[in-house]
Amino acid sequence: MAAALPPFQVFLDEHLQPVRAFLRGMVGPNDADDCLQETFLAALRAYPRAEATNLRSWIFTIARRKAIDHHRSRRRRPQPVGEPEELIDRQASAGSASSALGMSARHSEIWTAVAELPPSQRAAVVLRFAVDLRYREVGEALGTSEEAARQSVHEGLKKLRARADDLKEMAR
Amino acid sequence: MSEFMDRLVARADTDGLLDVAYATLDTPLGTAMVAATPRGLVRVALPNEDLDRVLTRLAADVSPRLLEFPARLDEARRELEEYFEHRRDQFELPLDWRLTHAGFYRRVLRATARVPFGEVITYGDAAKRAGSPRAVRAAGTALGSNPIPIVVPCHRVIRSGGAIGNYGGGPEMKRFLLELEGALS
Repeated sequence: MAAALPPFQVFLDEHLQPVRAFLRGMVGPNDADDCLQETFLAALRAYPRAEATNLRSWIFTIARRKAIDHHRSRRRRPQPVGEPEELIDRQASAGSASSALGMSARHSEIWTAVAELPPSQRAAVVLRFAVDLRYREVGEALGTSEEAARQSVHEGLKKLRARADDLKEMAR
Repeated sequence: MSEFMDRLVARADTDGLLDVAYATLDTPLGTAMVAATPRGLVRVALPNEDLDRVLTRLAADVSPRLLEFPARLDEARRELEEYFEHRRDQFELPLDWRLTHAGFYRRVLRATARVPFGEVITYGDAAKRAGSPRAVRAAGTALGSNPIPIVVPCHRVIRSGGAIGNYGGGPEMKRFLLELEGALS
């Protein structure tokens, strides 16, 4: 017999904060909560058909799709210039990821660089450092193997380091 | 995050995605829980029941699309509060009977729902009113499985000798309710 789904409220309480951290990393703090609404509303709609055994992977898959949809719709309309508060917010949220990369939060350029990574590498880096998942869990969340997750994070970090070196060069 | 939750749950309700809404309420007996589908009140959990287990059962028996959404339970909570404050002797809530077995069990519970405040009947009376006078034990089982206690007043059914009989929330709770209704004098 298939495992029973927990009440949606229980599922939501368990996953809200990690998915929120993921979306902040994927689309930035200003749009994260809108994406979060879309994510959990879509999850609620499809919930009765979800597989109870792998709900974490399931919800991160939905969140990743919502983040991609968000970027697509942003590209279609003119990019607004960021408000000062937005920039401060972006720096604040850059804290965990950039410190994990061995940089001070001052280097918010790194965060911009994270946003420029290819989606799969960005998702892997954010899940590893902003959501603080283990590689096995990153793999589960992305529907890939632990090894593939490790590889994505590795490639992502390599690009970020190269970018950091460029910045150092420019600062000279 | 509570503003986020309010927005999410309100949208879920508007979009018809909220199959079961629940809320807790304080009573003189402790914290109870009430749950409703769009059809009506489907479950009342007495304070001695484990909330996590009740929710897990509701998810399995009704729908996993179950969220805390007190707004849908405003009327139920108000009527129950009034009942405990001696300001109400009859509930006017739409009920969703889906958690009761159709047939004899449901007939027993529907008959019990018509026993007025302050009165009691025996298990034999309940069996008779449900159309099977000899099924006294089965009537007891039906009452014991009542998913909507207090509102469907199974506490008003007692033993023929005058003993108070069993109750899901324990005999103390049954006595408290009957005393509140002035039925034990």
